[in-house]
Amino acid sequence: MSANGALLEVRNLRTYFDTEDGVVKAVDDVSFQLQRGETLGIVGESGSGKSVTNLSIIRLVQEPPGKIVSGEVLFKGEDILLLRPAAVRRIRGRRIAMIFQDPMTSLNPFMKISRQLMEMTQLHLGHTKGQAYEHAIRMLETVGIPDARTRADSYPHEFSGGMRQRVMIAMALSCEPELLIADEPTTALDVTIQAQILELIKKLKQETGTSVILITHDLGVVAGMTDHVLVMYAGKIFEQAKTTELFARPGNPYTKGLLRSVPDPTAEQGKLYQIPGLPPDVAHLKPGCPFAERCDRVEEICRREFPPFVELTTDHHSLCHFAHEVYGG
Amino acid sequence: MVAETLLAIRDLKVHFKLGGDRVVKAVDGVTIDILRGETLGLVGESGCGKSTLGRAVLRLTEPTSGQVFYRDRDLAHLSGKQLREQRRHLQIIFQDPYASLNPRMTVGQIVGEPLETFRLARGREVEQRVQELLETVGLSKRFTKRYPHEFSGGQRQRIGIARALAVDPDFIVADEPISALDVSIQAQIMNLLEKLRREKNLTYLFISHDLRAIRHVSDRVAVMYLGKLVEIADAKTIYQEPLMPYTKALISAVPVPDPRIEATRQRIMLEGDVPSPINPPAGCPFHTRCPYAIDVCKEVVPQLVEIKPAHFAACVRISPKMPHIEDVPPGAAPGLE
Repeated sequence: MSANGALLEVRNLRTYFDTEDGVVKAVDDVSFQLQRGETLGIVGESGSGKSVTNLSIIRLVQEPPGKIVSGEVLFKGEDILLLRPAAVRRIRGRRIAMIFQDPMTSLNPFMKISRQLMEMTQLHLGHTKGQAYEHAIRMLETVGIPDARTRADSYPHEFSGGMRQRVMIAMALSCEPELLIADEPTTALDVTIQAQILELIKKLKQETGTSVILITHDLGVVAGMTDHVLVMYAGKIFEQAKTTELFARPGNPYTKGLLRSVPDPTAEQGKLYQIPGLPPDVAHLKPGCPFAERCDRVEEICRREFPPFVELTTDHHSLCHFAHEVYGG
Repeated sequence: MVAETLLAIRDLKVHFKLGGDRVVKAVDGVTIDILRGETLGLVGESGCGKSTLGRAVLRLTEPTSGQVFYRDRDLAHLSGKQLREQRRHLQIIFQDPYASLNPRMTVGQIVGEPLETFRLARGREVEQRVQELLETVGLSKRFTKRYPHEFSGGQRQRIGIARALAVDPDFIVADEPISALDVSIQAQIMNLLEKLRREKNLTYLFISHDLRAIRHVSDRVAVMYLGKLVEIADAKTIYQEPLMPYTKALISAVPVPDPRIEATRQRIMLEGDVPSPINPPAGCPFHTRCPYAIDVCKEVVPQLVEIKPAHFAACVRISPKMPHIEDVPPGAAPGLE
């Protein structure tokens, strides 16, 4: 365990992809910590590097074309990036579990739900068939599958999208992992089902003390679920802060723009703030700040020099030449 | 001023036959007026029939029965040639900007095609008109020779909008136009659609599952559940004071981008999933998940009733005299009296 008691500490992570178009620096010098029992949100638009960051943590980046170029991923002080593949497999699924956006593509369509759950505990906890089956039923009950004992022997296609995501959560939590990484877990779901799944993750987190990394593009989900947030853009962390602080007092123009461009159902209608232009092509970043072209307070220095990662308070940082001004104003 | 009705939809049904005698009642008796110049938001969860309704209005999907009146004609019963003439005024923008543009056509051909189909321009005129249209939707007029794959999702959606605008329509069905786009791009497209509506006096049927977007763009909102409209009101009212229990749950499920509000919010959690539209529940389609359901809800199909002025809801447990379900005595169904 590292000195400060963080469950996970990512230091200077760089994951690059070789493409026909040149080297894409999908994750470029990302550092953050996750404390025990905490939920960390990672927000960003497509191509911001939020998913690749997490695939790197659990060593699931496909190589080639991807490659973790440098950095450390300290899980209770042990660098996952230095472990041999067999050791990584013992961590993955057992101590760090994942759920993804689309439960249908993450479940084996030819295998009964019960067997897919049993595999987890037979492999990682050495359960016998009987123990594993009973554990599978208990997990399905925990995640709110009605009539779990009869439905356990169904195939994935017999379940609705929301039910499949519950199965994924049951599977992810069946070995009581210390860390759960949820990558857009509710994006494919309807809003009433999304509310059920988020509530379930919250409840299970409270009961088991699991730490959670929640990757999402939805600032509303971040607001309701997380303690800390990272905002990613073009492979970089643009801002990190406590969730309440980030929403109340953003210190980066990108975060500020993002917050203003989401319609607030409790507010009056009116013209929505829009960030102009398009996210940058990460393979061909210009010198200077990657957000400069779209930024409403851009100055000459932004196009010339890469911005510093400014400390606004001890746990609030922003990648911006004018972080203090944005934070203050 | 009395708002003028642009499209009058009357008891529209779209039933899809599956094998045997199984039928999916995707749209099951929808009646609503769409007013000239408004954005009517149509919201509901997947499988509720909202996209089918949008397509049936334009007859991109054949309705099983019912009428759609536009300029004193019933679109649902027009013959091929007459329908094509009317279609010029009625356009659609699709959800997936990757799938709805022909990859083998240039942007110029895609946007110019409707001009030629409807003989609105010829030769050099087409080219000039296409360039104007591209600029209208915020794209460079130099893009005419490029292909769809050279563009991002947001830009492709702009191309789709330019194509819909080419024929100078009255009415556009926007079917989940922002769902596939990134947050910062969604705002751009919503603002563009709003600007075009004002400048070109357009009327929209804006279909989305995204309640925050619907709240933002719509004048009025219609909520759909299992093929039926269950509540209609102006956008602000339906968010502040939803009356029908499903709408209440739906609104309460929307995450608000404010941690202080989220920390104290009480959500109405619905049990289970939306039932299958193949075998929908008898009575009120929502009774299987409704926290307020009583026995009578399993039998009586509720009709849309004007509970408050211009605020319609389909629920037998409320009435104009007792609009708030929380105040209704247990077991009572004032809507039946």
